[in-house]
Amino acid sequence: MEKIIKGKAYVLGNNIDTDQIIPAEHLVYSLTDPEELKKYGHFALSSVPPAQAGLPQGNIPFIKGENYLSEFNIVIGGSNFGCGSSREHAPFALQVAGVKAVIAESYARIFYRNCVDGGFLLPYETPVKLTEQIKTGDELELNVHDNILKDITTGSIYILRSLGDILPIIEAGDIFKYARQSGMIA
Amino acid sequence: MSMTITEKILSKSSGRKTVQPGENIWLNVDVLMTHDVCGPPTIAIWKREFGKDAKIWDKSKLVIFPDHYIFTKNPQANRNVDILRQFASEYKVDNYYDVGTERYKGVCHIALAEEGYNVPGTVLFGTDSHTCTSGAFGMFSTGVGNTDAAFILGTGKIWEKVPESLKFTFDGQLPAYITAKDLILQVLGDITTDGGTYCALEFDGEGVFSLSIDERMTLTNMAIEGGAMNGIIAADSVTEAYVKERTNKPYEIFHSDADAKYKKIFRYDVAKMEPHVAKPHSPDNLDTVRNVQGTKLTKCYIGSCTGGKLSDYQAAAKIIFGNKVKVPTFIVPASTQIAKQLEVETISGVSLRQIFENAGAEVAQSSCAACLGGPSDTIGRATDGEVVISTTNRNFPGRMGSKKSAVYLASPLTVAASSLTGVITDPRDFL
Ligand code: SF4
Repeated sequence: MEKIIKGKAYVLGNNIDTDQIIPAEHLVYSLTDPEELKKYGHFALSSVPPAQAGLPQGNIPFIKGENYLSEFNIVIGGSNFGCGSSREHAPFALQVAGVKAVIAESYARIFYRNCVDGGFLLPYETPVKLTEQIKTGDELELNVHDNILKDITTGSIYILRSLGDILPIIEAGDIFKYARQSGMIA
Repeated sequence: MSMTITEKILSKSSGRKTVQPGENIWLNVDVLMTHDVCGPPTIAIWKREFGKDAKIWDKSKLVIFPDHYIFTKNPQANRNVDILRQFASEYKVDNYYDVGTERYKGVCHIALAEEGYNVPGTVLFGTDSHTCTSGAFGMFSTGVGNTDAAFILGTGKIWEKVPESLKFTFDGQLPAYITAKDLILQVLGDITTDGGTYCALEFDGEGVFSLSIDERMTLTNMAIEGGAMNGIIAADSVTEAYVKERTNKPYEIFHSDADAKYKKIFRYDVAKMEPHVAKPHSPDNLDTVRNVQGTKLTKCYIGSCTGGKLSDYQAAAKIIFGNKVKVPTFIVPASTQIAKQLEVETISGVSLRQIFENAGAEVAQSSCAACLGGPSDTIGRATDGEVVISTTNRNFPGRMGSKKSAVYLASPLTVAASSLTGVITDPRDFL
């Protein structure tokens, strides 16, 4: 696990559901074919209404042109991030697009589990309404060791909630690695 | 120690005497369900992790229903069904319900009930967020992602955090213009889309136990729209009769203790309920039908695991009978069994299917169809600028196909009444 994650912020509002993260019509692509899976990155966050995409300004595309990698790799969300369908394609799409961590006020259960058990990205919770403090494009530095987020652009420092119970799974890498390390499976 | 019904079932499944909310426990899974969208990636992860000798922990407990993208020319969607077919034949999975055969069922959550996989007291996981639907049978059921499903596929086990419970008691009998959909929209309006996160929603009271199994499934189906882990209704004689007709698997009926602890208790008098809608773009954006009546529509949709059951069509047909629809109206029965029942069930000697067709509505083949938008050739899909009223469960931006469309969620009665006028209409105007 990387201990320091650096990158630009992409700020979204409350209730970002999995249909906005990866619209249903794109769930048909292979998740294993190395070329085809890039489409998940390309269409990541493509159903977020433009005015809410890249707050506070809005209308900032997460993916530019034909790319599948985003210039933003830390997503800042409000409450209930990842609600809606159980599609694991959602954290996967964000991972393919280069997202390393999401920092939101709260998560929907299935999205949160998927992030952790699949080892796609770090779902951090913030006690502070970061969506009102951080702007899309701000340079961030996330210290996973100390649960500290620095906004390098503004100089602000935030303390995030500890990953708690699920830390052993995150540290192992995913649920399979965790189960192997703890002797549950061969 | 006193426990809720959810806590009792989770205790049994984890082999403990008691469990407490907040504890992480390992469960023994009774049934794993998957479908064409999440099945193929689940299988891929399972093979990656367990190698070429990967074994299914218990084939009799794995159930696969292709249902999401069925009647489409989209090659990748069809490839996903091919992957399931090949997997089922290679690993001899009996509980596979293939497209294009007599066995094809349609929407997984309804098919699970019809085929006897829902058994009181058991634990069911599925790769679909609406797996909570099965909780209508007094069992624990919830959705997981592909990785968790692959883990279950290989081990039969999964971890879960024991949820706190919220209780919703519905007193009284439902008036003729109120359906379970109105009740659950009210609940969602009250708790909002994250009010139930990591919680169980338990429904009880005379208003619930007087409902048919179909209607109970509407309540538990939308538990996830409140962010809940599961929805649950204790089994009673109605449940037992339904289950016994379909399976001879043993079942166990659990009830919450009278002094069980709840995070919060809500009480409703159903006689005072109003027909409700959820306005765009969230299932908790509650309003009464009266407040939004007259809103111009471009499309009506009666379908999905929420609103495409026989009871939904019986309700809709009552209103549509002998009338003509004013806007394109789509009838998408959740399962092939329901589609057959539409031809058998009658009102004044006319089959429900005929009632809808005579009115000018289009009756489509059973699948998820436009409930989740789907590939571009999906029937009933919302396009830019459309205003849709639907019996489905989600109206997030883009959910039914276009992020430039607006979707109102409502009961089958309200959607039927609206189809006849072309504007949002209170069903009391027709009853
Ligand atoms: S009908 Fe809609 S909600 Fe139900 S399983 Fe299909 S896509 Fe999901």
